[in-house]
Amino acid sequence: MIPARLQWPVGIAVVAVACVLPFVVSGFTTSQILTRAMILGIAAASLIFLASLGGWVSLGQTGLYGVAGFAVGNFVEADGGSKTFGMNIWLATILALLVTVAVGLLIGAIASRSEGIYFLMITLAFGVIIKLLFEKATDLSGFGGINQIVQPEIFGSAQLQPERIYFVCLVVSIAVYLGVRYFARTPFGLAFQGIRDNATRMKALGYNVTLIRTIAFGIGALIAGLAGVLNVWWNTQISPGTIDIGPLIFLLMIAIIGGLYRIEGAWIGALIYVILDNRLRSVELVGERVATALGIIFLLIVLLSPGGVMGIYESISRRVRRPPSGDDAPAGGEGAAAPGVAGD
Amino acid sequence: MSANEGLKAKHVATAGPRVSWSKGTIFLLAVLAVAVLGIGIQAASDATLFAQITLNGLTLAGLYFIVASGFTLIFGLMRVVNMAHGSFYMLGGIIAFLVQERMLKPDPTSFDLPTATFGSFVLPLVIATFSVALLGLIIQQVFLRWNQGQELRQALITIAISIIVADQAVARFGGIAKEISVPIERSIELPIVGNYGTMRLVMLLVAVVVGLLLLGLITRTRFGMIVRAGVDDRQMVTALGIDIQKVFAVAFLLGAFLAGLAGVLGGSVNSVNKADDGKFLLISLVIVIVGGMGSLTGAAIGALLLGLIDSYSDVYLPDAITNYGVLLTFFLLVFVLAVRPYGLFGRPG
Repeated sequence: MIPARLQWPVGIAVVAVACVLPFVVSGFTTSQILTRAMILGIAAASLIFLASLGGWVSLGQTGLYGVAGFAVGNFVEADGGSKTFGMNIWLATILALLVTVAVGLLIGAIASRSEGIYFLMITLAFGVIIKLLFEKATDLSGFGGINQIVQPEIFGSAQLQPERIYFVCLVVSIAVYLGVRYFARTPFGLAFQGIRDNATRMKALGYNVTLIRTIAFGIGALIAGLAGVLNVWWNTQISPGTIDIGPLIFLLMIAIIGGLYRIEGAWIGALIYVILDNRLRSVELVGERVATALGIIFLLIVLLSPGGVMGIYESISRRVRRPPSGDDAPAGGEGAAAPGVAGD
Repeated sequence: MSANEGLKAKHVATAGPRVSWSKGTIFLLAVLAVAVLGIGIQAASDATLFAQITLNGLTLAGLYFIVASGFTLIFGLMRVVNMAHGSFYMLGGIIAFLVQERMLKPDPTSFDLPTATFGSFVLPLVIATFSVALLGLIIQQVFLRWNQGQELRQALITIAISIIVADQAVARFGGIAKEISVPIERSIELPIVGNYGTMRLVMLLVAVVVGLLLLGLITRTRFGMIVRAGVDDRQMVTALGIDIQKVFAVAFLLGAFLAGLAGVLGGSVNSVNKADDGKFLLISLVIVIVGGMGSLTGAAIGALLLGLIDSYSDVYLPDAITNYGVLLTFFLLVFVLAVRPYGLFGRPG
């Protein structure tokens, strides 16, 4: 773990590198690697947010991501979808986020009464149901998806000026990262973590456990929704395949690669995943079977290092320099292992 | 778990399972009554159609039950959420199809396989189900056994396996749905219903037999006794000197076997499809969430509910909303979980 006094300098250095990168690499790399990693990073952050602070592994995040994307596609002018609203993109975006949060609160209200592996199963079921709904309901998703979704004008075309949308994603990423770190220190965030550690005691202390959890799930839905909106801004299209069971699993894989318990792992995991996804194809042994290779990598990570890349990093840094005990996690105990998730 | 639920759990543990007639349960029954009434009105207008759709629902429920019973058996005993269960189903169909294709040597210009003989149906079925069962056993022994008790890790391992299986299936089987050839007449004349698919009836029969055998196994044998004891308290069973690892291995073998069997049956009634793994994983999940995890009765009731809902909603929903039929599954989940967080027959684990 990075010592507290170095956190800001390291953070600023990372952001500085991220700002310079699009001017160094090609437009293709900016769009297909960096921007994609940012968007997937935000989506994975919604998963890690719930896992690290709430002790929940949610597989419903791609579903919520899809709700936001399809909502934008339906509200603005596009090829496919309902075509009846033709709204301004900004209004559509805000409405889409509201819809996503509403769906998230509904699912959260149901799922928040369950724990551990039950929660995982229930959110997976909801995630797949959302995908099936968009697959069947062609008046919402068009035939084979919604295409040519309008982009916000001031960001130009994601194809011609890839660095603009990249910077938008970067800003949102930073906002999500800082927001989650801030949230963890608010009384509400502390209560949420308290429920993770001992729900019975929190209830005895007078906290409304179900309500707090439901709202926290809604916040997770908002983060997933942001990623979903950015995805259609960048990609200008969305189809039921975007939120199929494969992408759902790969989002979980990103979170696992990054390590489920540290929010910055989301972007690290996303970057690693996107690079693997792009480069594996050119490995002769892999060829078309990228998913098989990714699956094997995923299996190895789960078997060898449950903490993901951040877990490897932490175990190395712990060996190098034992951190002073106690104030190891100044940001409200984000690094604390979440019981019930790590497999106790 | 909240304090209230904690107390309830203790209460249940001493008093045994008990269905409480809360306000929520009554609400659930009211919703059910409205649905039955609506279907009843439809039934009165066209009895043949109604009989056909009901039979469709029942046969579908049979298939769902075979898949979900394996899932719930594995979960109830070992707390393993087998995310590769849908993959086992799909593999059953694919292996049976590929073996049958070898045996029948189809005309390369024709899309369908020629009609199978009894042997060229049963042999692929046996090969497919036993190889899936064996694969399940290997996965359990190699990957899951030494992670006992780490629920999330075990779920992640099976998820990783499901990715690999799905991708390999696409590579070896292709993206087009194909049908397993059966040795019997495609349809049969039934009273009221009229012409009906024979294989669907066979599937229902197999489901009933599987259900009865499982029930017998669980309630009448020593193995079943250990399973029931294991579902309640694994540690105590181990402490009594029973080799629970052996029981786990058999249960996983059996669960994979059932998924493979269902895959072959589903492939002969409908088709073998590369998207089946996700679909049947969802079906298994919904059934055991609704029915209560680890409960065989719950799996049967859940399968029946889901099968009938699928079947009725396809036909009886008004045209404008027929595409939104999957929302009924969503609301089924929401209602049941809102009223009974551990499912209809589930207990806090």
